[in-house]
Amino acid sequence: MRKYFALALALTLMATMFVGVASAETSKVNWQAYAGTKLQVMFNQHNYQKAITDYGKLEEFEKKTGIDVEFSVTPEENYFDKLNIALSSKSGEPDIFMTGAYQVWEYASAGYMEPLEKYINDPTVTEPTYNFADFYPGVVGTLAWDCVPGHPVGSGSQWALPMGYELNNIAYNKKYFDEKGIKLPTTTGELLETAKSLKEWNGTGSYGIAVRGTRNWATIHPGYMTLFSTWGAKDFAIENGKLVCKLDSPEAIAMTDYWVKLVVEGSSPQWATFTWYEAGSHLGAGVAAMLYDATCNGYFQNYPAGASAQSGNLGWYAGVVPDGSGLTEKDIKSNVWVWSMGMNANSDNKGAAWLFLQYFTSPEYMLFSGTDGACADSPRKSVADSDAYKSVVGKSFGYLEALDTLLPNATIQFTPQPYFFETTTEWAATLQDLVEQYRTTGSCDTAGAMKALKQKLDIAVEDLQIG
Amino acid sequence: MATPKIQGAADLNTPPLKTRVRPYLIVAPALLITIGILIPFAMAIYFSLTSYTFRQPVANFVGLRNWIRMFQDSQFWNAVWVTLRYAFWSTLVEMVLGLGIAMLLGSLNNRFSRILRVALIFPLMVAPVIGTIIWQLMLQSSVGIIDKFFNLLGVYGMQWGASQKTAMMTVVMIDVWVNCPFVIILILAGIQSLPKSPFESAKIDGGSAWFNFKTLTLPMLKPCILIALLFRLMAALQEFSIIFALTKGGPGDTLMSLSVTAYTRGYMYQKFSSALPFILILWLIVNIAASQIVKAWRKAQYQATGKDLEEPARKKHGRVRKGESA
Repeated sequence: MRKYFALALALTLMATMFVGVASAETSKVNWQAYAGTKLQVMFNQHNYQKAITDYGKLEEFEKKTGIDVEFSVTPEENYFDKLNIALSSKSGEPDIFMTGAYQVWEYASAGYMEPLEKYINDPTVTEPTYNFADFYPGVVGTLAWDCVPGHPVGSGSQWALPMGYELNNIAYNKKYFDEKGIKLPTTTGELLETAKSLKEWNGTGSYGIAVRGTRNWATIHPGYMTLFSTWGAKDFAIENGKLVCKLDSPEAIAMTDYWVKLVVEGSSPQWATFTWYEAGSHLGAGVAAMLYDATCNGYFQNYPAGASAQSGNLGWYAGVVPDGSGLTEKDIKSNVWVWSMGMNANSDNKGAAWLFLQYFTSPEYMLFSGTDGACADSPRKSVADSDAYKSVVGKSFGYLEALDTLLPNATIQFTPQPYFFETTTEWAATLQDLVEQYRTTGSCDTAGAMKALKQKLDIAVEDLQIG
Repeated sequence: MATPKIQGAADLNTPPLKTRVRPYLIVAPALLITIGILIPFAMAIYFSLTSYTFRQPVANFVGLRNWIRMFQDSQFWNAVWVTLRYAFWSTLVEMVLGLGIAMLLGSLNNRFSRILRVALIFPLMVAPVIGTIIWQLMLQSSVGIIDKFFNLLGVYGMQWGASQKTAMMTVVMIDVWVNCPFVIILILAGIQSLPKSPFESAKIDGGSAWFNFKTLTLPMLKPCILIALLFRLMAALQEFSIIFALTKGGPGDTLMSLSVTAYTRGYMYQKFSSALPFILILWLIVNIAASQIVKAWRKAQYQATGKDLEEPARKKHGRVRKGESA
């Protein structure tokens, strides 16, 4: 009897072992399948790029796969020009490139990007631990689109995978604000007054708030577009089957009018030459007291210790709402930018390229990039919920709280359409004209300028077919 | 009685085949390069008549649609004006400054002037884009050395490239810094090749420095000056890298020259065929300006040296210069 009992127990134990083994999926991925392949990767100059290239992670990937990776790094102001030319040549190079959500509208429409769902869903090339569902749907969904102008993102093919995302809020010199007892502005009126009062707060040349200002689409998309959307304005709408520009709406005019005043009275006189780099570095250098820009732009000035002169002195909060709107910070409609990586549809090395994409968007790598890699705003829930991530990013005062406040309403506030570069660049040029007018004469014809811009952009998009 | 033809006399008058073919062989490499340039030029004209974009790379013929739209676009006329203004001011400053500095260097012959001659060439060794980035840093309000210098003089808040009022001045300043050495070298070489005897005679006759400059130096240097003008004007009309690196054509459309506008529309907006008419008009402007300067140079060359480079060709074809007899 005892013998039978022992046998039954042993068999039961063995059965549970096999069950345990069967339920843990075995990897079918051959990471050495493309050994000897040479991959070309184009990066924009960014902390997300540095996390891949500067900490030995690329060498780890090369050792694991036998794939030789050649990469280039280009500053953002010129990156997309270079990428446009490379992709339109259809040469197949680069195999992998950094891109943003908005660029997917142009590149995917033109057939430059490889849809990724067939790789993601293929267990022979994707590890079971990759866990695509771990990405925030609101983040990874911005990189999915059905390529119909006017249709929202979130459906259709998955064209790229996120490296990190950016919301837009206000970073400020917390040390100075605390020392002087300055209250954080919560409305647009308060922000304007605070920015004006902070002129030369830290010596000659210092000023209240840094925002971007070049003749470039990147001037429109961070703080400007966030406040624009919170104000209730839209860039385009679909009317009678056509895309119609809405930049002449009362909300768009009022918001732009406010922004012009903020720039002239509260920002740098050299605003029109400010890119991401100037705006962020001025906060870090103690030239700007505040920064209305991407969440992580200020973060890179604050962490790690010694990243800038003001490292450790900065804080974050959600931002401001229009005066008299009755809105609170929870109603702020932050625009979202997602730095991501895509695969060239004309690449000759798609298998190897997928291994690269998978590796550098995996949970393991993203835990590193979100902590030691100094890349805040991890697009993976598991990483954002981890103690390791929270202990690092939480050191930046108010950073995680600001993200929690903004996330529910954050999305891409632009209307997806393939002429995004053209429409937003002309928009930025109009903004520069208005700022110059206001600076020179003390007033500007915002309504006239926005109406003229609307006419120009209606012509620019008139040939788009709305499905 | 007719003079008997001496056998072989015709052979003596006709050069050997090797000699006759030689000019064509010398020109052949240049011809190959010219064909290499003409093919893209012809393609540019062709694509300007189509609806080709990088997004939809199909060259459907649309006739003059792109051209008509360009002439109706206020941005085109602004671009022409910006191009001409930029070329005028940058060339003018470079020529005047270049001539002045070359005259000074030519009149000195000591260790200091020899060191200065080398030092003044340094900006030419810097790529215009790098030069622009250097200047951008120097002009920055937070860390820029030039801006700090202006602060010492009590001038604050200079906007440089960030203002529509000062953006043109800023890019011209950078252009002058990069390209003036070219003018200096060219004119200095001209000065050093001038004959000494007229100046010695003028000195004996008691001519003033201004008189010598006006009646001797300037006329003899004119061909050299015109060559420098030709190169600089052609380059200034086509300038792209300095403007693009500094402001991308902004603020607003202040610096949107023909080349920057064409690049923006062609490569940033990906509307390739509608960008080409801009660049073809630029070619036309450069062509007209260059041909006028070359005409003036030939005339100046004749006046300066008494040599007419076209004389052999004119005599061969029976053309006479005004005032000459055949």
